[in-house]
Parts: sequence; C-alpha cells; structure tokens
Amino acid sequence: MTATASVPVGDRRPGSRRMSPRTETTLRVVAPIAVGLIVLGIWQFLVSVVGVSDYLLPSPASIIEEFIAYWPSIAAAMLITGINSLVGLIVGSILGILLAALAARWRAMDQMSAPLVAALAVIPIVALAPVLNSMFGADSQFGRQAIAALASFVPVFLNTLRGFRQTQPVHRDLMKAYAATSGQVLRTLTLPTARPFILTGIRIASSLAVISALVAEYFGGPRGGLGAQISTSAASSAYARAWAYVVASIVLGLLFYLVTLGLERLLQPHAPRRGPR
Amino acid sequence: MSLHESQTGPGFRDGAGAPPQPAEAAVEVSGVDKVFQTRAGDVHALESVDLSVAAGEFVSLIGPSGCGKSTLMRLIADLDEPSVGSVTVFEKSAKQARLDQEYGIAFQSAGLLPWRTVSANVAVPLELHGVASAARSSRVAELLEMVGLADFADRYPDQLSGGMQQRVAIARALAEQPRLLLMDEPFGALDEMTREKMQTELVRISAETGAAVVFVTHSIPEAVFLSDRVVVMSPRPGRIREIVPMRLGADARRAARTEELREERAFFDMVTAVREALHGGSPVASGARGVETR
Repeated sequence: MTATASVPVGDRRPGSRRMSPRTETTLRVVAPIAVGLIVLGIWQFLVSVVGVSDYLLPSPASIIEEFIAYWPSIAAAMLITGINSLVGLIVGSILGILLAALAARWRAMDQMSAPLVAALAVIPIVALAPVLNSMFGADSQFGRQAIAALASFVPVFLNTLRGFRQTQPVHRDLMKAYAATSGQVLRTLTLPTARPFILTGIRIASSLAVISALVAEYFGGPRGGLGAQISTSAASSAYARAWAYVVASIVLGLLFYLVTLGLERLLQPHAPRRGPR
Repeated sequence: MSLHESQTGPGFRDGAGAPPQPAEAAVEVSGVDKVFQTRAGDVHALESVDLSVAAGEFVSLIGPSGCGKSTLMRLIADLDEPSVGSVTVFEKSAKQARLDQEYGIAFQSAGLLPWRTVSANVAVPLELHGVASAARSSRVAELLEMVGLADFADRYPDQLSGGMQQRVAIARALAEQPRLLLMDEPFGALDEMTREKMQTELVRISAETGAAVVFVTHSIPEAVFLSDRVVVMSPRPGRIREIVPMRLGADARRAARTEELREERAFFDMVTAVREALHGGSPVASGARGVETR
C-alpha cells in the first residue's frame, strides 16, 4: 500500500511529443469520454444486434431506464452508503493521523503498532462484516462505518507516518537554532512537510472507504444501502436494476475521489509547478 | 607583520592579527574535545581545541574533510555538545546563547521551506520569536533589499537559482540582527562566479552589520578573501593546526575588500601562507601557480 504513497512531483515527461497545453487538456478530457462511448456502443450492439441475452448482460439503454425509474431509491441508497463511507473515512483518517503522530514521536509506539498495522493491511477487512453485524445488532449502521474506518485507517496511517519522517536534517537544525518549541516545530515544519503525504493517504482511503462500506452491506444488516440494493436486485433477477445500482456506486466512489483530490489541490496551493512558469 | 610571525603553533589564541578588540569576545572555545560514539567505535572529531573570536571579527575555519570544522561550528551553535571543555558565546553558555538567539546561522544547503514564499522564509525566525506582523514585514522587506532579492519576495524557493536561494538563507540568518553569524560552507554548492559575487556581498553585509562571523569553508581563496583570521585545522583527530592572521593590502578593513583584492600580490601571499599551513608548514609550490581555483 505504501507504493501508492507518492509525493506530488512535477509531472514532466521529457520524452513526450510537444503539444500546446490546450490541446493536451482537451485530449485528456476527450480521450476517455471517446473510449467510454465506444465501449458503450459495442455493448449496446452486442445486446440488441448480436442478441446476447438480457439475462447475461442487460443493455446500457435498459440500465439507464432503470436508473431513471428507480432514481429516488437510488439516491436514498447513495445517501446511506455515502454517509457510512464518510463517517468511516473521517474517523479512520483522524485515527490514522493521530496514531502516526504518536508513532513518529515515540519509537516504542512505532514498534508496537507496526505489526498491528501490517496485520490490518492484509486482513480483508470486509470479512469482519458478519462479526461486527452480530456484535452491534442487525439494525445498526455502525458495523459498516467501523469497517470503512478500518479500511481508511491503514493508508492514512502509513502515508502520514512516512510524511512525518520526511523532515530534513537541515530544517531540524534550523528549528533547533531558532530554539523553537515542539509545538512550533510541529506547526512550522513537521505538519507542512507531511501534508502532501497525509492528503495522498486520505485520497487513497476515500475509495477504499466507499468500497468497504458498500461490500459490507452484502453481509446482512439493515437494508437500503447501495450494496444491499445490488444484492436484492440481483437475487430477484432484476439485473438491469442491479446494474443501475452498480453505476450509482461508481458515481459515489468517483465523487469521494474527486472531492479528496480537490481537497488536496485546495490545501496545497504551491505544489511544484508543471511546465514553464 | 611578516609572514613568519604568523607561523604559530596549535596552542595559539587571540592572534596578533585580530582587530582591536572590544572587551567582550563573541565566541570563546576552550579545551574542547568532541567524541562521536558510533557502532564502529569512538570517532575523535575534535581534540583540545581553543579558539576565541572577537566581536565583529571574521574568522574562517578551513581544513580537509573530516577535520571537524563543521563540528566546531555546530558546537558553537549548540546543535551538538562538546564531550569535554566549554564553549561560551558572548559570555554565556552556548545553550543559553542559542535560547537567547545570539546568533544567526546558514548551512551549505539553503534549507528554505519549499511551501513558503521567499519573504515567508525570511520571516520564519521572526515569526517563531513573536515579532509583530507589521514589524516583521518591514524587516523582511529591508533584508530582501539588502540581499538584492526585493523583486522575488513572492516567489517560491524552487523558482530561484541556487545562488538566490543561498541569499535568502543569508537574509534569514540576518533577520534578527545577530551579533554573531555562523556559516557552514554556505557557498559550497555554488559555481565559481556566483561564489565570488556572494563573497563580495557577504563582505559588504558583514561590514554593514558589524557582526562577528564564523565561516566554515574548504576553499583557501574564499577564506583569505573574507577573513580577518584563518583557522587552519587538521584531521583525525580534528585539531587547530595554526591560526593565520590576514594582512591584505594597506587597508585591512573589511569595507576595503573589493574584487580588485583578488588580484593583488598580498592576496596571493596570504593564499600561500594558508596553503603552507594546511600542508603542515612545508613549503609548497610558490606563488599563485599552485593555488586552487576554488
């Protein structure tokens, strides 16, 4: 998971051909849309012309139809799953940052937490869902929020810990020379240094939070969320509707990702620049 | 004074070449040893070092790698503590002097905070020590003017050249008008032309502020050009081999050090003197021929 913890480095590709920035931006937006449309076209073609059974693969048109028809229920489901994911993401991130701060400060704490976090990183956290459901009752969303929190915790913790260790010796010397208090060092040096790492951790965690909150719904508990609706629809052979809920899940995941990405941009007005300045 | 009189032994202190001294010494190092404990065993970084720097005096520490010159500067800055002996700065313990912010410091790497603008970087020490915002910004403007970067106040460090970054670091070191400036090879990473320009600027700035400077370098011409006295150190264990007072031209005052000085006979004589001291007193290739270009 640490492999994904990248510092935002200027994205310069010396090998790439020269394009004007505007062409490049246009291409970046247009290319994926074009690919998406082509795939949808082939899909629709397979179903309506080649005659792949609706049972195996509902056509995009029928999925959109279902999406519109069930919009109120889809919106409600998105809200439930969205809130679970958000609560999980926030709690998991706060815990991750706090524990990473403690681990960075005290070596013993680091050594105690390392195996625990390693274990958390390899356990399929969603597998805890049935256990948590029976622990906290079948009518509680708590189990799902706890799962989303656990899933978010790991990348935030790992990235933050790495971030806290990035302060340069020359900066630490300077802080000592200025006789800065430990609070001042944290505010002026340690947190700003760790900031890109923390934000990257949160961005990775945002997708994980949505996925785990959603998948946790497959294992029982209160109905109404996206995951529960997908499994219900699929169980009653309403495949197009199930797909409509899947589309809603993708939208929700994207929303979380984009919001955290926006947060990253907002809190880092001076990321190393691209291109000419 | 002739050259020969400057060939003094390791125990030499308070050189005759020092400028007229005010009562208070800026730095007093006496009987200092520094031993680093490493896995491979003890490393004697410094052994029985005695040195005093008068207020307003410019002293360079020069020597090969591993001679402990940076360590000595770090002891004065209280970034490390001596194993034996004492370091006082303006008649206080080094630690007290650090807590009282008696010195400004600059390192080989500029060490600017990349997420802060140039002016915000210069403001760091002022901010940490609670200088009011209005006083802070006027002081920062003044400092940037002094180092010739007033037009770059709102730029970020990664938009500046290495020399400009180093000038920001020097402005930051001067922010609180310290009476002592500690510099650890601040121009070490710069190209020769920028380096000479920065040296000239440093001479001007230190003359303007009247601060004492302890300057670590491994460049002989740099040490000669800048200093009132050059402390020549030898490695393993780090010791002061000799302290060479500089006598440059008729007017030894710092303000008189200009680019022309670099081409004067006296300059080359001093370079040779330091060079011989570095090589353990044995005469080396005479004149300017064998001079290192850095």
